[in-house]
Amino acid sequence: MTTTLATDRQDERLQSREGLRGAVTDVIERARGGDLGVIPVVVGLVVIWAVLQILNPVFLSSTNLVNLTLESAAVGVIALGIVCVLLVGQIDLSVGSVSGLSGAVLAVLFVDKGLPVWAAILAAIALSAAIGWVYAQLFNRFGVPSFVITLAGLLAFLGLQLYVLGTKGSINLPFDSALVNFAQLAFVPQWLSYTFAVVAAAGLFASGYLHARERRRAGLSARTTSMLAVRSIALLAVLAFVVWYLGQTRGVGWMFVLFVALVLVMHYLLSRTKWGRSVYAVGGNVEAARRAGINVRAVYTSVFMLCSSFAAVGGILAAARLAAANQSSGAGDVNLNAIAAAVIGGTSLFGGRGTAFGALLGMIVIQSISSGLTLLNLDSSIRFVVTGVVLLLAVVVDSVARKSRTSHGRA
Amino acid sequence: MSATQQKDSVLSLRGISKTFGAVAALTDIDLDVAAGQVVAVVGDNGAGKSTLVKVLSGVHSPDSGTITFDSKTVGIPSPAAAHRLGIATVFQDLALCENLNVIQNLFLGQELRPLRLNEVAMETRSWELLRQLSAKIPSVRVPVASLSGGQRQTVAIARSLLGDPKIIILDEPTAALGVAQTAEVLNLVERLRENGLGVIMISHNMADVKAVADTVAVLRLGRNNGVFDVNDVSVEDIIAAITGATDNVVSQRRARRKEGLS
Repeated sequence: MTTTLATDRQDERLQSREGLRGAVTDVIERARGGDLGVIPVVVGLVVIWAVLQILNPVFLSSTNLVNLTLESAAVGVIALGIVCVLLVGQIDLSVGSVSGLSGAVLAVLFVDKGLPVWAAILAAIALSAAIGWVYAQLFNRFGVPSFVITLAGLLAFLGLQLYVLGTKGSINLPFDSALVNFAQLAFVPQWLSYTFAVVAAAGLFASGYLHARERRRAGLSARTTSMLAVRSIALLAVLAFVVWYLGQTRGVGWMFVLFVALVLVMHYLLSRTKWGRSVYAVGGNVEAARRAGINVRAVYTSVFMLCSSFAAVGGILAAARLAAANQSSGAGDVNLNAIAAAVIGGTSLFGGRGTAFGALLGMIVIQSISSGLTLLNLDSSIRFVVTGVVLLLAVVVDSVARKSRTSHGRA
Repeated sequence: MSATQQKDSVLSLRGISKTFGAVAALTDIDLDVAAGQVVAVVGDNGAGKSTLVKVLSGVHSPDSGTITFDSKTVGIPSPAAAHRLGIATVFQDLALCENLNVIQNLFLGQELRPLRLNEVAMETRSWELLRQLSAKIPSVRVPVASLSGGQRQTVAIARSLLGDPKIIILDEPTAALGVAQTAEVLNLVERLRENGLGVIMISHNMADVKAVADTVAVLRLGRNNGVFDVNDVSVEDIIAAITGATDNVVSQRRARRKEGLS
């Protein structure tokens, strides 16, 4: 019997769960043990959408959802950076200011100084990367807690943003520029959107199939081809429906495609590279990571720089969407929304746990609340309160799940 | 410390000292480890065992003294440097990341194919290593947090074997283990010796020391307090050296004479 059994399935204590039913049982078991994954955020999203749809029937209309995807891109990209710093168990509270600053730098260089738009974008991102580098040096060399460093940065770079903008306080980006066009008017043609959906599903199947074949050759257990097919078809159905529904009005914006592309790139980096492993290791146990020969300082540096750079990209997208950079760019709730999106998406504040897709899901939740409350004509005061409560709920879920993981031995 | 021993030894420490503020954790420590030799380092709490391990594994740099590895004088400024030299350490706290699974922990810092991780090869190799240690771990894809103390020890020892080291340092390897698993680890230590590895084993358990060690080095208050051949020394003598109940010089003379006779 053991001869036919896969290498990783030989222990008699292992309960074998095969096929679709086994997969479902596994998910339920893991959730009971506190390994919630994306379940709370998906459940939360369904509840929020249902409530908002009942309160205002416009909410789930194609027009509003297209808007929602476009609005979510800028802060979503910032949340992607926050996921990275949270994974190593640190925090960057200055992403709002840094995004505002990079929007201002972009506007000054592009509009006032007349630089080509790509040069202005690169300069803004490079400046923010340098800010992240400084944070990392302060953190590595002096051991100042990251929340204090970045809290100082929050104030300092808000000041720098005001200085860069000068007495005018606001710089408009020309409407005919490629950047504004990209953020406001560029939509993926419907046929291309469907192609993307098919390519994504086919890619998922192909990579899963090749991986399973490699595992079987090495004598390990693997997903069955039918399971992989079901998964890919499910993805295709969901994506095709989304494309069709958004296509009822304007369709899928290129800016949202850029956001999703960045999420996919980060997902690959975090889950399939040595760098990603070291990020999770540093978040899980710094001392263990250091002793395993990981250059912990380099990991912190890369993560802080990455977070600031994503903040810059988010700031540029926000400026392009607004067609202006002003004194309130990146101010207000941008910081908190980005952090809330990351945490709601299942990234643990305690480090070492979370995914890039969490930023996407969390951002859609945050943006749904924001958009729904705006549709209800509610004052921003109530919006702040609601967002705050949702963030608090997410953190409570995180803490409870962590306790449950500890008691079920999955911490 | 005879001349032949120094010639064979893979790793030699001479006059290693380390102070933390006003506390001299290690003073003038000498230690030799040859290929295929198990050296037990014993001592009371605060004797400097852990500091010695940290010096050898590159966590702390010594204030003075020389380290000779493969007849070259070397410095061990970082854990990575120790790893490159071929000194692998299994720490008492095991230094595992609880949020990562067994494979990820085994290959931490030395993943195969850095830009597109070769999960299949890593999983296959993990099973090989664990089978080699006849480890009882049901699945390598569960987080280390869900493993028992003994299973974690096995994972940590398996990890130290990955880089084909010349010297393996085990810091209290049997402290948290059950009877059968202690025996497994002792078997494993013997297997490491048969494969020509030098093993430094820190231990409090005299039965384990007598069972597998070739040489016993006693530390007391950060100083050498005798090096004994395990066959020529009784448990009582070792304990006496650990607690300082015998005069240093006398026990060292006795040890020297025994070496001369054998």
